[in-house]
Amino acid sequence: MTYTLWIILTGCLVGLTCGVTGSLLVLRKMSMLADAISHTVLLGIVGAFFVSHSLNGLPMLIGAGIVGILTAFFVESLHSSGVQSDAAIGVVFTSLFALGVVLISFIGDQVHLDTKHALMGEIAFVPWDILEINGVSYGPIAVWMLGIVFIISIILIWIFYKQIKISTFDPQFAKLIGVPVVFIHYLLMTMVSLSTVAAFDSVGAILVVAMLIVPGATAYLLTDRFFILLCLSGVIGILSAIVGYTLAVYWNVSIAGAMACAAGIFFLFAFLFSPSNGLVVRKIKNLRYS
Amino acid sequence: MDALSVKNLAVTYDKQPVLENVSFSVPEGSLTGIIGPNGAGKSTLIKSILQLLPTLSGNVEVFNQPYKNQKKLIGYVPQRSEVDWEFPTNALDVVLMGRYSHIGWFKQASKKEVEWAKTCLDKVGMAAFAKRQISQLSGGQQQRVFLARALAQDAKVYFMDEPFSGVDAATENAIIKLMKQWKAEGKTVLVVHHDLQTVEDYFDHVLLLNKTPIEYGETQVVFTLNNLEKAYGGKIAFLQKGTASSQGVK
Amino acid sequence: MDFIFDLFSGANIRWVLFGSLLLGCASGIIGSFVLLKKQSLISDAMAHAALPGVCIVYIIFEIKSVPMLLIGATITSLIATQSIQTIIKHSKIKSDAAIGIIISVFFGFGIVLLTFIQQNSSGNQAGLDSFIFGQAASLVRSDIQLITVGSLLLVILTTLFFKEFKISIFDPLFAKGIGLPVTFFNGVLLALVVGVVVIGIQMVGVVLIAALLITPPLAARYWTERLGMMAILAGVFGAISGASGAVLSTMIANLPTGPMMVLSASLIFLLSLLFGSKKGIALKAVRHL
Repeated sequence: MTYTLWIILTGCLVGLTCGVTGSLLVLRKMSMLADAISHTVLLGIVGAFFVSHSLNGLPMLIGAGIVGILTAFFVESLHSSGVQSDAAIGVVFTSLFALGVVLISFIGDQVHLDTKHALMGEIAFVPWDILEINGVSYGPIAVWMLGIVFIISIILIWIFYKQIKISTFDPQFAKLIGVPVVFIHYLLMTMVSLSTVAAFDSVGAILVVAMLIVPGATAYLLTDRFFILLCLSGVIGILSAIVGYTLAVYWNVSIAGAMACAAGIFFLFAFLFSPSNGLVVRKIKNLRYS
Repeated sequence: MDALSVKNLAVTYDKQPVLENVSFSVPEGSLTGIIGPNGAGKSTLIKSILQLLPTLSGNVEVFNQPYKNQKKLIGYVPQRSEVDWEFPTNALDVVLMGRYSHIGWFKQASKKEVEWAKTCLDKVGMAAFAKRQISQLSGGQQQRVFLARALAQDAKVYFMDEPFSGVDAATENAIIKLMKQWKAEGKTVLVVHHDLQTVEDYFDHVLLLNKTPIEYGETQVVFTLNNLEKAYGGKIAFLQKGTASSQGVK
Repeated sequence: MDFIFDLFSGANIRWVLFGSLLLGCASGIIGSFVLLKKQSLISDAMAHAALPGVCIVYIIFEIKSVPMLLIGATITSLIATQSIQTIIKHSKIKSDAAIGIIISVFFGFGIVLLTFIQQNSSGNQAGLDSFIFGQAASLVRSDIQLITVGSLLLVILTTLFFKEFKISIFDPLFAKGIGLPVTFFNGVLLALVVGVVVIGIQMVGVVLIAALLITPPLAARYWTERLGMMAILAGVFGAISGASGAVLSTMIANLPTGPMMVLSASLIFLLSLLFGSKKGIALKAVRHL
């Protein structure tokens, strides 16, 4: 496969994985928790480096998973102690992210991680970081990580589909009929952390946030059905990646940033022209009535 | 046999007592209205019985067994405002959620379950709206979807939280019809209710609550001006017309 | 290293210290109102949205005139808040998702513009990068004077309107009833938040400046129940965080200023959470004994 195709594939996998997982967060009104987690995993990655002295896949995934769950837990604890939820999110993620950034500046010389990288990623380097076993090359590590996380996410959503759906729509009723609501919550947080860390290295925090929230919100405006919403989020994530990559190459600008912009453009179109919810469409309908 | 028995239930919020010393037993097959002034803890009572809220103390038994062993016997109609009706799903799907504890993991709802859910929708007069997106339903229709979901649970003890608030006449009739049907089938129903005028028409038992039970028993015995004044303090004057008949009974 | 020693002993460090102190103070006080209005995360969106504004001005005018760049930042920040309101008002998207969309898309756009500038402009774009995380060491005298004077102005304005903010946030209907122009004061508060963001981004960076609005007031809540006291304490906490962060980052090479300020604030928050005299965890534990 060529260099370009690997990058596009990486972008598409980010869009797909984050889009599907993120759409659940949009429905659960926890988008900003996604924003928080996608910043704080940086601390997990740095922490994993301090422990294992490498930036390999597995310690990174574990570190990020732990910090992701911790983020959700801290926010939850502060919130239940009486701090309003948005301020709780704000204080937790800025603190942990700042800690991550400061720690990076101490180890910056030893690894290819730096603060800019953390925000923007380096998707252009993805094809060079190859998984090699016994001298045989199996393609970029990032693609493998994203692919594995995507498959894990899909399996988890498939297993817990009914539980996720009902605990999102009506958590109290879910609890009543014996759905483990808290478990589902932290399960989703783990999925977000894993998707984030798998995507983080290649596309950076900003695109992760964009891919987690924007495709889900766009799909939410386009469909009235839960299952379709999950699929559509993934598709919009992929489309954002492809369109974003094309624009980035055309203007020679940040690929991650351009993908975020493309997602934003899709959202804008859905916001204005969605057949069921679009602002313009509704305005026209109102005109016809009157 | 008592369908439900609550002993020494207490709930605090921010160290302020919301419910204290709540003990009462509900006979099987009864239709109980839970009545009390605003802030008396009516909804809190239901939610803490259902263990949706943390309690300070208390013991709940359903048919003489601890509550947690009997969850499958419980049906619940929450207040409509407690969920986000923009959720992407349709009426039939919401009703099917009432069957989730009967459908195993991994499995899709079987044809039989779907048929059963449709019957439940039909019973509340919502069969025509099965495929309708829930945000496009009126408030009363949404309430009836919740009723159908509770019906689909096929429970023995039903809890309803202010089902009559802000609904149209068709929904009100559907609720009354359903309560009568449940009663005829020997099921037990507890309803948080705020309209004192209709208490005598709807319920055969009344729980008067103001942070702690004032009185529990058959409507004719409990629903008196005297007891109402105890529960509501002095703010009962506007009621005199409605309670005249019960005084007559007494 | 010599450069840093020069900086520290020179007059510049006094300005940096003074500027960061006042900036922290202003953001703490204004943040108190933002917190009460439950707009903490909206302020984060405004901060992130400042980046494309800075870049657009640079692309159009090809000069690095700080006041001009900051005008650009102001405009895109305001567009961002307006967009959030529009999304919430005209669609079923809830506020959290709306904020998330605006943060990520505006910031993503900012990054795109930043890389565009790096590719296409003729040289002197260095410095725009530091808008992301802030760099006190790279500030010149005029930048710091701007921060100092601006912060002072913000503090004075907030103090002047203290009573009006208080009533129009706590009970807007009552405030309207007694004839206060509530919408006007909401606008003034919005302007103050934009003010903090815009004058602070050079030092703290767009990514983390919202923390200076959120964390000090939240820490202050653990010591007092009164708004006046809370605003004062938040101002003090903010000032300590700002000054200590700025000093540490100028003293130790490579340490970014913004994250250091935020970490100082987080530390104060943690101490307040544990030992605060009103709601602190230690206090609760003692009461339980």
